[in-house]
Amino acid sequence: MTDALATYELGKRYGKQWALSDCSVAIPAGSISAVIGPNGAGKSTLLNAVVGLFPPTTGRIELFGGDPYADPSMVSRVGFVSQDRPLYRDFTVSEMLRFGASTNPRWDQPAAEARIASLGIPLGRKIKSLSGGQQAQVSLVLAIAKRAELIVLDEPVAALDPLARREFMQTLMDDVVENGQTVVFSSHLVGELERVCDHLVLLNQGRVQYCGALESFSQGHRLLVGPRVDTAEITALHHVIRASHTERQSTVLIRANGKAIDPRWDVRDPGFEEVVLAYLGQRASDLESSR
Amino acid sequence: MIEFHLDSSSGVAAYMQIVHQVKRAMRLGLLRKDDQLPTVREVVAQLAINPNTVLKAYRHLEMEGLVAGRQGQGTFVLQTLAGPELAGHAELRTELLAWLDRATALGLDDEDIAALVASTLDERFRALQQEEDGAA
Repeated sequence: MTDALATYELGKRYGKQWALSDCSVAIPAGSISAVIGPNGAGKSTLLNAVVGLFPPTTGRIELFGGDPYADPSMVSRVGFVSQDRPLYRDFTVSEMLRFGASTNPRWDQPAAEARIASLGIPLGRKIKSLSGGQQAQVSLVLAIAKRAELIVLDEPVAALDPLARREFMQTLMDDVVENGQTVVFSSHLVGELERVCDHLVLLNQGRVQYCGALESFSQGHRLLVGPRVDTAEITALHHVIRASHTERQSTVLIRANGKAIDPRWDVRDPGFEEVVLAYLGQRASDLESSR
Repeated sequence: MIEFHLDSSSGVAAYMQIVHQVKRAMRLGLLRKDDQLPTVREVVAQLAINPNTVLKAYRHLEMEGLVAGRQGQGTFVLQTLAGPELAGHAELRTELLAWLDRATALGLDDEDIAALVASTLDERFRALQQEEDGAA
């Protein structure tokens, strides 16, 4: 599978602070990828850089095999929904669509109108009088009707209630069935990712901790529970993501590497959410040692 | 036509849950030969899940020879599983009832029994998987 998007040792510095460093990710065409990480991990910085909002400090970006900063036509192939929804509050929905039509060469007006109608949003209503969920849907429809091959969404559902989140994802996934776009979105709603994503980028403190198929991530870890051991003893044998100890018991999350596991451990499959939280909970010192 | 539901806390991959639900429906006679599975679009619209997940589940079922895609129409069930198995059900049920009576006599309540069954199935699954891995 070819990559719709790839970054190579991408870095972005704000003043003295590196928001991203040494960040290499590959997003296969046709995948639905989630970028997750704690606040300040660099999620928005990464997404803003890949849609061409500002040039990276170091490294480079490839979109569909080309350089987005050298080829301005790339802009029309990428749909972006930023965290603060790009809508004009005093416009009506139909004015917003007309704006979309006039600024996008491949605009699909019938599709945009059909989506808005199926969502039950009146075309004559002003954006500011719509609910949060409806505003999110309108900004999604704008990205969809652009007929972009890559849709990038920065925290699209963070401010929505569960029902509105579900409806938003339904609209997005329904369009993906029809048009097969690549989707990249950031989120910190870890529990809801598994049903939507097939690819995962884990960011922590501006660095990539994992980039790959969600399935290998979920299945690539084991939770060991057993009698108390020294962390050193277990790190000698396995790649440890997180270890916690009580007086008598040790609980260790490891990356499965095919090596046999000592039978005194009770081996469990940790859930997706548990593995994600273990990664995100790693401190700077852990990150250094695991590299 | 059947509807799928997903349990995101089960730890079972979403596509596998769909596979299990199709097989279960076939075993129970809810899906018979020539019945159509929901289209990818219908499943996606209903569950708001990744279309690739549904495709993967249907491919898995195709590889097992249970369903087949028909060009431009959708995915259809190839065989009826329910018939002969239902006949065996009665006998198994009788044996199971006798076993459950023994378990109760030994002091197990319903929850103990359910836990025992679940952990035994789990162990058996792991053992079978290890055999497969060993063979491969």
